[in-house]
Amino acid sequence: MIAQNFRHALFCAFITLVISYPILGLNLEAQGISIKLTGAETQTYVGIALAVLIVFLFQLFRPAILGGLGRVKALNPLVDRQPMPQEKRIRFERVALVLIVLGAMFWPFIASRGAVDLATLVLIYIILGLGLNVVVGLAGLLDLGYVAFYAVGAYTFGLLSQYYGFSFWMSLPIGAVLAAAFGFVLGFPVLRLRGDYLAIVTLGFGEIIRILLNNLTDLTNGPDGIGGIPDPTLFGMEFGRRVKVEGNTSFHEVFNIPYDSTHKVIFLYLITLILAVFTLFIIRRLIRMPVGRSWEALREDEIAARSLGLSRTAVKLSAFTIGAFFAGFAGTIFASKQGFISPESFVFLESAIVLAIVVLGGMGSQLGVILAAIAVTILPELAREFSEYRMLVFGAAMVLMMVWRPQGLLPMTRVHINLKKQEAGVTDHA
Amino acid sequence: MLEVRDLSMRFGGLLAVDQVSLDVGEREIVSIIGPNGAGKTTVFNCISGFYRPTGGKITFKGRPIQGKPDYKISRMGMVRTFQHVRLFSKMTVVENLLVAQHRHLNTNLFSGLVKTPDYRKREEKSLERAAYWLERVGLMEMANRDAGNLAYGQQRRLEIARCMVTEPNVLMLDEPAAGLNPNETRELNELIVSLKEDYCVSVLLIEHDMSLVMGISDRINVINQGRPLASGTPEEIRSNDDVIKAYLGEE
Repeated sequence: MIAQNFRHALFCAFITLVISYPILGLNLEAQGISIKLTGAETQTYVGIALAVLIVFLFQLFRPAILGGLGRVKALNPLVDRQPMPQEKRIRFERVALVLIVLGAMFWPFIASRGAVDLATLVLIYIILGLGLNVVVGLAGLLDLGYVAFYAVGAYTFGLLSQYYGFSFWMSLPIGAVLAAAFGFVLGFPVLRLRGDYLAIVTLGFGEIIRILLNNLTDLTNGPDGIGGIPDPTLFGMEFGRRVKVEGNTSFHEVFNIPYDSTHKVIFLYLITLILAVFTLFIIRRLIRMPVGRSWEALREDEIAARSLGLSRTAVKLSAFTIGAFFAGFAGTIFASKQGFISPESFVFLESAIVLAIVVLGGMGSQLGVILAAIAVTILPELAREFSEYRMLVFGAAMVLMMVWRPQGLLPMTRVHINLKKQEAGVTDHA
Repeated sequence: MLEVRDLSMRFGGLLAVDQVSLDVGEREIVSIIGPNGAGKTTVFNCISGFYRPTGGKITFKGRPIQGKPDYKISRMGMVRTFQHVRLFSKMTVVENLLVAQHRHLNTNLFSGLVKTPDYRKREEKSLERAAYWLERVGLMEMANRDAGNLAYGQQRRLEIARCMVTEPNVLMLDEPAAGLNPNETRELNELIVSLKEDYCVSVLLIEHDMSLVMGISDRINVINQGRPLASGTPEEIRSNDDVIKAYLGEE
């Protein structure tokens, strides 16, 4: 055991050396037309040696270290907690939700403009997370190209406003429906795929959409993006200083208050809040409906689901379509919030972040997704000084979560169904 | 009710099922027995649509069903259980039964979102049906447990209940007694007979437990190495020389 560990540790240390020495320890210097190979500073060598040593020691004592980490209970106070009784928990959840929504409604009037802006972004990620939760958390279909639908929603609004002067409210349903249509179309080729294969195809789909947007220069303006996307209006009232669209009025003139640029930010925040709550409740209902149960059945056991008469096609397509629908929603809001979109905003990293939100929150759990969306969006903003190490911290958080709480922040809880006792008589059987 | 004629299934060079025929009439318990690897489960998979049989004819309720997808066959009223229990283990016991009843439910998204009266009525009805069958198989207390946390015998019973809430005409049971203790096997025996007697269900059964098979079957089909060996009443099978040879070997 010890000898095996030692060999393994030695091997890992060796790999570390092989990888890090050429990359960090050797520099190519251009001198005129020739390129010369020079060594790095002593400091770098010390660093490499230190890294090799750390890898070696960690691998050598890995069982002890990981075992020790698992036993640290102080850091994970929820480990021994008894679950709340069903009835109480449901009531608690309901009250908590109402309070959160109420608080969120009044909060922007006391917060700073930047905070409200950030909160809008959080809400967009909440919508995205809730939507992807349907596909990944409930239906168990690993989708790595979710950002594609987000992009479809955003670009639908961008293009419609640029070419046809559509407003936010007209584009919102169109963007969502178009994204849903893309979800439906993607669903077909991947019907037979599962797990890793599905992940790769969806990843490819996400890239296809982004590259298309990048290269259809005539239509989408390519990497230059689309600008001047209008803000949402309130019954034809605009929030800018001057009215841009003929026939609209201006918010501050109608209400006879001085112009304030925060009005617009707050208004957008409130719209996003309403749409996020809408998303939350729609999906919450869906989960408790036959369609939601069939998603979960498909995730649990596809063969059994089919043997009970569930059509794989219908179930998978509905999950993809509904997930994409809400991504389209989020995309439209995003386009309106930024006022400018380019393919740059829809890279794979976005998909990864939304997926991280779903996994961190606890697959299938809506409250979990909301918590995780807040954490994943706000923490990097709070820790701006460490922005260079953002990805490092992100990765570390993921690893620690997997060690301590693999089921996510707030794992999904089952709906409690009260049954009326039935007389087990034969005549009852219809 | 169910007629299988000359069913064949070939996997590449392997002829797993060769010219098997069987009949299941209304309110009948028909068993398929045979040594391990005889092709019993393959026959099941062909009938239930998991495999596309390479030859033969399957007729259910007078309509040919060979080559139809599994979910359509199940919707026609023929459902099956599996040799290894296949429950939706992270869903609760009731939810398992509700999933199975989607055909009786209003699956229209809109009516579910606004909870139309029809939606509520059907949801209520399916809950009643679920409660009825939970009571029937003695799992009422477990209704809100995760199905995966049930004891093995309970999982077996839940799987049968899950089939029964779909209100099938033919129930196919693939080794339902595997892993059950004698007590549970006796209960299962009574349950299967009651399914036939009280709920007018025909049962097609694969089983190794001979006391169970002999006790409840109306007819038995013996399969050996993919080929039909004998068929008849339990008495006929018991005294059939070929069957004894296949099971016990020649002297």
